[in-house]
Amino acid sequence: MKKFSWRGLVIIAFMLVTVFFLAPLMIKNLPAWWASRKLNLGLDLKGGMQILLEVDTSELTAGEIDGAVKNNIEIIRNRIDQFGVAEPSIQKLGEKRIMVQLPGVKDHLAAENLVQKTAMLEFKLVAPNEEAERVVAQIDQNISMNLQSFPKLAELDRKDRALADSLKVASDTLGTKDGIFKSFISRGEVDYLVQVENVRLMQSLIADSLFARVVPMGYQVSLGKADLEAVKADRSLYILKSAVEMSGTDISRARVDFGSATSTDPRTANKPYVSLEMKREGARKFERVTNDNVGKRLAIVLDDVVYSAPNIQERIAGGRAQITGRFTTSEANELAILLNSKNLDAPIRPISTTIIGATLGTDSIRSGTKAGIIGLIAVILFMIVYYKVAGLIADFVLVFNIGFILSVLTMFGATLTLPGIAGIILTIGMAVDANVLVFERIREELDAGKTPRSAVDAGYKRAIITIWDANITTLIAAAVLYNFGSGPIRGFAITLAIGIIGSMFCALIFVRTILDNFVLVGNKKNLSI
Amino acid sequence: MRLFRNTNIPFVRVRYVAYVISAILILAGIFAFITKGLNWSIDFTSGVAAKVSLKALDETIPKVRIAELRSVLKNNGFPEAEIQHIGEPDNSSFMIKIKSKTDEADVSSETKNRILEILTQNFSKYVEGRNLSTEVIEEIYVVGPKVGAELRTQAMLAVIISLVLMIIYIWFRFELTFGVMAIVALFHDVMIIVGIFALTGKEITIQIIAALLTIVGYSINDTIVIFDRIREDLKVHRKDPIPVIFNRSINQTLGRTTITAGTTLMTALALFFFGGTVLHDFAFAMCLGIFFGTYSSIFVASNLVLDAYAVTHKEKQAIQHLTKKK
Repeated sequence: MKKFSWRGLVIIAFMLVTVFFLAPLMIKNLPAWWASRKLNLGLDLKGGMQILLEVDTSELTAGEIDGAVKNNIEIIRNRIDQFGVAEPSIQKLGEKRIMVQLPGVKDHLAAENLVQKTAMLEFKLVAPNEEAERVVAQIDQNISMNLQSFPKLAELDRKDRALADSLKVASDTLGTKDGIFKSFISRGEVDYLVQVENVRLMQSLIADSLFARVVPMGYQVSLGKADLEAVKADRSLYILKSAVEMSGTDISRARVDFGSATSTDPRTANKPYVSLEMKREGARKFERVTNDNVGKRLAIVLDDVVYSAPNIQERIAGGRAQITGRFTTSEANELAILLNSKNLDAPIRPISTTIIGATLGTDSIRSGTKAGIIGLIAVILFMIVYYKVAGLIADFVLVFNIGFILSVLTMFGATLTLPGIAGIILTIGMAVDANVLVFERIREELDAGKTPRSAVDAGYKRAIITIWDANITTLIAAAVLYNFGSGPIRGFAITLAIGIIGSMFCALIFVRTILDNFVLVGNKKNLSI
Repeated sequence: MRLFRNTNIPFVRVRYVAYVISAILILAGIFAFITKGLNWSIDFTSGVAAKVSLKALDETIPKVRIAELRSVLKNNGFPEAEIQHIGEPDNSSFMIKIKSKTDEADVSSETKNRILEILTQNFSKYVEGRNLSTEVIEEIYVVGPKVGAELRTQAMLAVIISLVLMIIYIWFRFELTFGVMAIVALFHDVMIIVGIFALTGKEITIQIIAALLTIVGYSINDTIVIFDRIREDLKVHRKDPIPVIFNRSINQTLGRTTITAGTTLMTALALFFFGGTVLHDFAFAMCLGIFFGTYSSIFVASNLVLDAYAVTHKEKQAIQHLTKKK
């Protein structure tokens, strides 16, 4: 056997990469670390929603723009997390644009509103325990009088009662006696808790304008922030006084500090906390609020979700305050960003939205794949008819080339879009070009009377310059397309570029090796081309 | 199998016929461009495009007619809406497009919500019992005016930048005249295709721009293969007159040119016929591009180089330059 050449190594590497990254598409039940390396499908193939937003920076100085955009991204991310979309993608585009992709979103009106509205940061007092209990009782009383207005609650109530009847126990053991609202909240250590399976229902209740009417005047019900690290955990529920004590505009700056290890204050010692600086007006408000409410809790509410509800220990004058709690550093960071968000006053505006139904997406995949397979078969048959065995080799390598494009896309975590599929299909047609150039040359050399081996050598030697020249110009076009294009065009440019590089490699190294080692062995007189 | 064996088609001699054909095509395109203009898609003008399915669940309800939809939209403040029927007549799928007439912000997200409202109110029989956002609306697309204008400039810029880069590359590899004439041939291709789009009133979408740039890459690829052969033949056949060498080179590469065009056309046609509505126009542009790109590579690009040398009397210099370089 021949000596092991670098060419063989490269080909083996090429095949391994292809197989490694394509396996998750073909084989089920792979280990998780392997299966997760799957090709991302673009929104146009999966269905969903894309919103391109622009941050209005007209009132900001150059130095503030970056921070404002970052804060807005953070706020949008939080809102989407609350909304519960699988695999959302939020990207900064250019200097002040944000692209939000929400695959599989059904209720796009709600999603749009959620993403676009301006963040509202407020400080509100938490109702003390007895007061809160009174409010909850009142809510239940009001709900039971208007139960028909809350079909979901009415149904739950009916089920509970039916269950109670069937078990022949007093309904109060199931909690229905106290009222349906109270039946799905429970007293936690400090606040009420909503069990995780009821969170959705609670969210829709809070958003319902009818529900707002059963909440006693001067109070509001708000959920606590979802804990990202423990999504399955119960959520806190707060009964707040609806009066706004302070708003985001009163704050001039928030930042994360880290208490020194030697600090005497156990709340800050060795722990991250958020320190606030207030504007003059804000400082006065804060002093008044803290003075009047020592021992109570002040909730930091963003978009009606309670992020933190620290206890007021004492009157705080001077416009500086600390928010302490059991924060991790990243939580403290996030809180600081949220607190900063409002005073940057940079509204976001939608500049384009795209909604693609899931059916259209699957249709596109189906027709795209169909077109690809038909094109591939046509090219494969043609190559065999026209170039016989050499054509067959080119076809064999062509199939690997397509696999290679898909696996490189997977490797770089790129997204396959519909134009990307078009790019792959076109590449099928263009990928054989390098082979055609070489094969035509070999035929010419054979016509000139050379032996198969020297015809192949001369053919490759002559064609290689042409192949480089011709493909580099196409690569230039692909590079320009990539730079100019947004999402789908980029996908097209990437697949085109990978396809060109892949097909050059395939024709110059892969096909040649097969020709040299398996077709030209010995002193063959004929070359099937 | 072999399509072309030792052909000797007089491509160089018939070049003036080709020039006339090209000139007619280009002039017709320019005429259409001036009189009818280009139909820029919503990507470039801003506006709302919605693909809706108004197929009633109940068989007894008559199908929505396009005129009905048009009059409803007209009565609700959208007289300029463009409505098309899509796919099978049974599907009752429509594409509704509302473009903004100026570059001002006269079409926005609110327009989209307004259209949805109009549809649910006026076609309640068809919408009833179906999920509005997943079944009725297949696709909605809103583009603000800012994006549209930006895209148009970017598209122009992209075409110009890629042309300039290609001239530089060819200049570096061959000769300036070759580079310039390759680009002239490219312009020729792009102008003919844009002209056909103006003539047929087909929309210029972002995908069409991508197709145009791919054509640019493809067509120059074809041209360079021929140029390469000319450069090589100039070295081999030093004594033959230049037109003979040029003609021989074009004939020698004819097999490769037509076969590559053929395989690429096969896949582009597969896209055209089986790729679905979204890729239809893209595939159409690609098919045109492959056809005219191949045509211009064979009949226009190298012949223009030949004529340029004849006019400037620089053959000798150029040949020396080309054959000296490796």
